Amino acid sequence: MSDHLLSTRGLGRDGGVALLDIAEDMADTQQRQVKKLPTLRGTTVVNLFFEDSTRTRISFEAAAKRLSADVITFSAKGSSVSKGESLQDTAQTLQAMGADGIVLRHPASGAAEVLASSGWTRAAVVNAGDGTHEHPTQALLDAYTIRKRLHGDASRGRDLDGVSVVIVGDVLHSRVARSNVWLLTALGASVRLVAPPTLLPGAIGGWPVESGIDLDAALATAPDVVMMLRVQRERMTEAYFPSSREYAALYGLSADRAARLPESSLVMHPGPMNRGLEIAGEVADSARSTVLEQVENGVAVRMAVLYDVLAGRRGAA
Amino acid sequence: MPPRTLLQADDVRRAIVRMAHELVETAPDGARLLVLGIPTRGAVLARRLADAMSGVVGAPVAVGTLDVTLYRDDLGSQPTRPTGRTQVPADVDGAVVVLVDDVLFSGRTVRAALDALTALGRPAVVRLAVLVDRGHRELPIRPDSVGRNLPSAKTERIRVQLTEIDGTDGVTIE
Repeated sequence: MSDHLLSTRGLGRDGGVALLDIAEDMADTQQRQVKKLPTLRGTTVVNLFFEDSTRTRISFEAAAKRLSADVITFSAKGSSVSKGESLQDTAQTLQAMGADGIVLRHPASGAAEVLASSGWTRAAVVNAGDGTHEHPTQALLDAYTIRKRLHGDASRGRDLDGVSVVIVGDVLHSRVARSNVWLLTALGASVRLVAPPTLLPGAIGGWPVESGIDLDAALATAPDVVMMLRVQRERMTEAYFPSSREYAALYGLSADRAARLPESSLVMHPGPMNRGLEIAGEVADSARSTVLEQVENGVAVRMAVLYDVLAGRRGAA
Repeated sequence: MPPRTLLQADDVRRAIVRMAHELVETAPDGARLLVLGIPTRGAVLARRLADAMSGVVGAPVAVGTLDVTLYRDDLGSQPTRPTGRTQVPADVDGAVVVLVDDVLFSGRTVRAALDALTALGRPAVVRLAVLVDRGHRELPIRPDSVGRNLPSAKTERIRVQLTEIDGTDGVTIE
């Protein structure tokens, strides 16, 4: 259906639902006696990670292997990248080695787009997180998880029409928030962003969302989903809030706050969590938390994405 | 050339009844039958065939669908295909599985179906039932029960229509 997955922008409702439906079928195959599928036999997928990541890398690796692709994992640390090799040189090397797909994680916003349009490689590019720009497979697995919790076995073909989602925390540095804003609203959900004024991006006026700085007011609207973002200290070059204690008090999802939500409201977190900062441990471990389901669903969703960009004839879309 | 009708609704109905008898009679004694249709039209035919077989054996016959997309050998020759749902209501291990499709042509779909089936378990026996066998096999595969043999030129298009999907029953060629 597509040559690359760089962004959730432009997927649209139908494109999003189609990918989530394939993910449903992929999840079903993982209940079989033989979980390995022959689908991408003979295909080489390179995980090209210029930034630390454990769960995303492992999740992509598991997904590619379940589809019988050959997987090469390339971490920037311990490679010639740390000796100053550029993205261009690396991509050209991978092209020469016959990579059919490149899963790219990079600290620079727009890196996946650059790689896909560069001509350095003919490989299909899947964005596994680029700077503060996008992390499309995370948004897809979040949407999948919400749909699965709401509709169970009857999920196929459905969008998220009428679902209310509150996304809380470090929106400024969050590619997860951006990808979710585009995807969830395309699927019909309403999104409200809540963050300290210093952590709300300036461009937000053009986004199809509401925003505010008062978490308690947002929770009082009885949202269907509360998505907590990780406080990304590694991307913070200045003081965005006075202290961790103050952040936790104003923007942390404590047990008290969670108790004020309707019983059916879901609590999500993309991980890794700062327990006690943006989310209380007991909330993260409660029945309404989908944290472990998100990880589990990530493999099926990434299988669907790899299938989508790699199985069909290239350039046919 | 306009499409020519090869089988009328009544022919389709009679073919399914005859195939149901044939499949039940040739099944081993005491066999546990499991009818699995290949989407889209094979799945519809499977439900009808299982209904007819239930009438013959006097007990319900389990029926489901088996999507073969992820096991195909021609995925790279066209845009990515959407996948379909697999629903298997009974244990495949030890069952007499009847695979059902509308048209048997190259045999490649059936090859993929056999792979998909063995990923689910180890059937005692696998049978193949098709409404139309149009020839031109590319693999050593033959059906056990056929509604109608329709020799055709490779360039002709044979179309099976079923009420549940197309609003009418019939088989046409063009």
